Amino acid sequence: VRRGRSGRRGLVGELERICGPERVVSHPHSLKTYESDGLLQYKVSPRVAVLPDSAEEVRAILRVCHEAGVPYVARGAGTGLSGGAVPVEEGVLIVLSRMRRVLEVDLPNGRVVVEPGVTNIEVSAAVGPTHFYPPDPSSQIVCSIGGNVAENSGGAHCFKYGFTTNYVLGLEIVLSDGDIVTLGGKEVDRPGYDLVGAVVGSEGTLGVVTKIVLRVVPVPQSVRTLVAYFDSTDQAGQTVSDIVANSVVPGAIEMMDRLSIEAAESATGAGYETDVGAALLVELDGSESECDARFDDVVEICKHNGATGIRVAENQAERELIWRARKAAFASMGRLAPDYYVQDGVIPRTRLPEVLARIDELSEEFGLRVANVFHAGDGNLHPLICYDSAHPEEAERAEELAGQILDACLDAGGSLTGEHGIGIDKKRHMPKTFSETDLDAFQRLRCAFDPEALANPGKVMPTPRLCGEVPGPYREHPLERAGVIERF
Amino acid sequence: MRTEVPESPDQAAEALGAMTSQGLRVRPLGGGTKRSWGAPAPDPDAGLSTAGLNRIIEHNAADLTAVLQPGLALAAARDAFADSGQMLALDPPLGESEGATVGGVVAAGDSGPLRHRYGAARDLLLGAQVALADGTLSRSGGKVIKNVAGYDLAKLFAGSFGTLGLVTEVVVRLHPLPLRRVTAVWRADDAGALERVALKVAASPLEIESLDLFWSGGAGAVLARLAGAGAERAAHEAAGVVSGLGVDAEVETEDADLWAEQRRRQRSEGGVVVRVSALATDLARVARGADRLGASLVGRAALGPLWVKLPPAEAGDLAGAVEELRRDLAPHRCVVLDAPLEVRRKVDVWDERAGAEVELMRRVKARFDPGGLCNPGVFVGGI
Repeated sequence: VRRGRSGRRGLVGELERICGPERVVSHPHSLKTYESDGLLQYKVSPRVAVLPDSAEEVRAILRVCHEAGVPYVARGAGTGLSGGAVPVEEGVLIVLSRMRRVLEVDLPNGRVVVEPGVTNIEVSAAVGPTHFYPPDPSSQIVCSIGGNVAENSGGAHCFKYGFTTNYVLGLEIVLSDGDIVTLGGKEVDRPGYDLVGAVVGSEGTLGVVTKIVLRVVPVPQSVRTLVAYFDSTDQAGQTVSDIVANSVVPGAIEMMDRLSIEAAESATGAGYETDVGAALLVELDGSESECDARFDDVVEICKHNGATGIRVAENQAERELIWRARKAAFASMGRLAPDYYVQDGVIPRTRLPEVLARIDELSEEFGLRVANVFHAGDGNLHPLICYDSAHPEEAERAEELAGQILDACLDAGGSLTGEHGIGIDKKRHMPKTFSETDLDAFQRLRCAFDPEALANPGKVMPTPRLCGEVPGPYREHPLERAGVIERF
Repeated sequence: MRTEVPESPDQAAEALGAMTSQGLRVRPLGGGTKRSWGAPAPDPDAGLSTAGLNRIIEHNAADLTAVLQPGLALAAARDAFADSGQMLALDPPLGESEGATVGGVVAAGDSGPLRHRYGAARDLLLGAQVALADGTLSRSGGKVIKNVAGYDLAKLFAGSFGTLGLVTEVVVRLHPLPLRRVTAVWRADDAGALERVALKVAASPLEIESLDLFWSGGAGAVLARLAGAGAERAAHEAAGVVSGLGVDAEVETEDADLWAEQRRRQRSEGGVVVRVSALATDLARVARGADRLGASLVGRAALGPLWVKLPPAEAGDLAGAVEELRRDLAPHRCVVLDAPLEVRRKVDVWDERAGAEVELMRRVKARFDPGGLCNPGVFVGGI
C-alpha cells in the first residue's frame, strides 16, 4: 500500500470532502457494522467506510483510492454468503445502500434501469403487477441488485427462468482508475465483446457497478403450487427426474429433507407434515392451458414415485405459506443449533442419491447434523451444517465437513458454488476445479479491468497475482520461453 | 494460406501456439457460412479449421446438458438431441447445406427466433474451453446448469469473432423439445398497427416461445409461437389478446415452414443485411426506414434485434443506404453482416462509437492476445 500524500487521516479527509463527514464512517466502533457480510465467520474492519450517493461520487472515491494505492471493496446489503463483501484491512469500504433509485421503468420494452442499492424485490414491485424480475434469491426482500450482479445470484425460479446474468443487458461501471464506462444497454446484440457478461458474477473484482439495465418479463397467467411428501429423498429425487423427462419445466422445484422440514415448520407453522423423509415443492407456471395440461401429470408422477401425501395450494395465501417455510429454511436452523454453516454446491441432478448418501456418511463421521435444502431442478444443494461455536473445535470440524461435502460435489462432476460465489470462503478450493492455465485466463480479464488489483483484492483467486504491463506487439521474453517466468 | 486441421483441443492449442510464435496471423475456420461477416481485414497468414473437432463429447440427457466440439454442425446437434426429445435452443439460419457449426454460431453470436424465450448462445453456454494465442488451453464455467465459480469467460468468447482465441469445446444447456407448437399470425399493411400488436402480445402472460416480425414492401406480419401441451389453446388465447386494433389473427397448427422462412430471411446471398439493435417500441420506425430504402425486415419483435435486407444495387449505393439507415435509426446500432467486400470496404461494418467501452475491449484483447494475431482486424474498433 502506497501512502502517497495522505496518511490515514488524509484519506478520511479526502473522502469527507467528497461525501461530507456524515457519510464517512471511520470510528472503529461504528465500523463494526461493516466487518462481515452474511457469512459471519469472516470479520475484518476496514480503515474507513463511505456511502456515496452517485456514480460521480464513486468515481471521486476510486480516484482517491487509486492515487493512494489503497484497495477498496464495494458492498450492497451484506447478505452474501461467501465473504465476498468482507472489507480489506487498511482499505476503503464503499457502501452502495444509498444509491437506491429506480431510474426508468419501460414496460413496453420490458426493461428497467436501477441503481445498485435497489433491493431485488423492489425491482419486481416497480414493474408489477403485470411484470416481474425472475431471479429470486431467498434474501430477496433485503438483498440488493448490485450484490446480485456481483454474485450472479440465482434463486428458486432459476431452473426455468435463468440467473441474474440472463437478465442484465447493460451496466455502468466505475473502474479503479476512475473511468466511468457504460457497457451494453437496453438493446441486445450491440457490437463488441460481451463485457456485461464478463462483469456479472465477477464478485466486485472488476470495478464498482453504479447503474444496471435489467430485462423483466410478464407475470405468468397461472401458477399452481403443490407439496408432495416422500419417505426418502431418493424417491423425491426420482420424481424430479421424471417430471423433467416428461418435458415439464416447473417454475420452481425445491426439496427439503426431514431435518430442514422440522426446522422450517417449527419456525413458520406453515402446516408441513414433519414425520416424512422429504418434501418436494413443485410450482408450475405459465399459460392457464399449459398448467392445466401438465398439473395432473405432475401429481401422477409424484404418486407413481410413492408420494405419501400431496398438498395443493388452493389460493395465493396458501401458496405464500408454502413458500414462507421454504424461504425460512436457512434462518430457522437457529432452532436446531446455535450456529450453522450454509454450503452451496452443485451436482448433475442425476447424481443426487449418491451425493446425499455421502453427505449422510460424512454427517455421521463428523458427529454434526446436516440439514439439506435443494434447488432440485438444477442440482444446487444447500446442506446446512449445525454446530456450536462455543466449542471452537466444533467450528473447525464443521468447516472441514463443509469442505468434504464440496469434494463430493466435485467428484460427481459438479461445481464449487451455484449461487453464493467464491468470495473468501471458497478461494482455496478453486485449484480443485480450475487448472493453473484456467486461473491465468481469469487473471487476464482481471488485469484488463483492474491492472493494479485494487478492486476487492483477496477474493475469488486462490493466490494473489500481479498484472504485468501489456507491451506493444507481444514478444516472448527468453526467460518465458525457458519457462522460468510467466506473464499474465 | 497454410491451414491446420487439429483433431483434439490439445492439438488445436499447440497449432495455434506454434503459428503465433512465428508471428502468423491466424483465422479460425468453421463451416464457412458467415465468411463475409466482420470488417474487411487483410488476409491472414494461416487458418485453423475446426473440421476435425466435430463430435458430441457428452449428451447427458437426464441432466439436460451436452459437451460439444466447435466443428460440429449445429444441424447435426439438433437432430441428435431431437432423438431424445430435447433441443439446443439456438436456431439461427444455418447457411448453405446447413453448414453452420456450433463454434461458428457461438463466435459470431448469431441467433434465431427461439431467442425470445431461451436467450442467445451466451445464455445457453454453461462453460467453454478455449485455446489462447500463447498455445495454452483454459476452461471456464462447468458442466452443471448452475455454476458461479470463476469468471464467466464463455460469455466473453461468445460473439468475439475468434479475436480472443479458438473455442475448442462448449458445454451447453439443453431444453425439452415442446410437445406441440402452434403459431398465431397477424397480417397487416400498417407497420404501426403491427407494432401495437407486438407490444400487446409481448406483454401478455401467455409465455410465448417466439415472437417475430416480418415486413416487406408495405405489408407484413407478427408471429407468436406457443409451445407445450396446451399450445393450441394458448395460441387461440393469444389471438384474442389483440382486439380493437383492426388486425385479426389466424392460428396455424402446421407452422414449421413459417419459422423456417423467418430464419431464412435473416440472410442474403450476395446482398446486404444490416442487423439493427432496436427496441420493441421502434418496430414501426424501423419498418418505415426499411420502406424508404425498398428494404425488407425480419426479427425479434419484443427483444429488438432486427435484420434489414437491402435490395440489390451498386456497392456505392448500398454503402449509402447503410449510412442513411444509420442516420435514420440513430442511436440504435446498425451492424453490417452479409455484404460484398466492396460494400464492407466503404462503410464501418460495426457502426463503432468511440468511447470508453471500446477502449476497454481493446484492453481485454491485449491481455488475451497481446500480439494481435487472433483473427486481427475483423472486429469492432480494429480489434
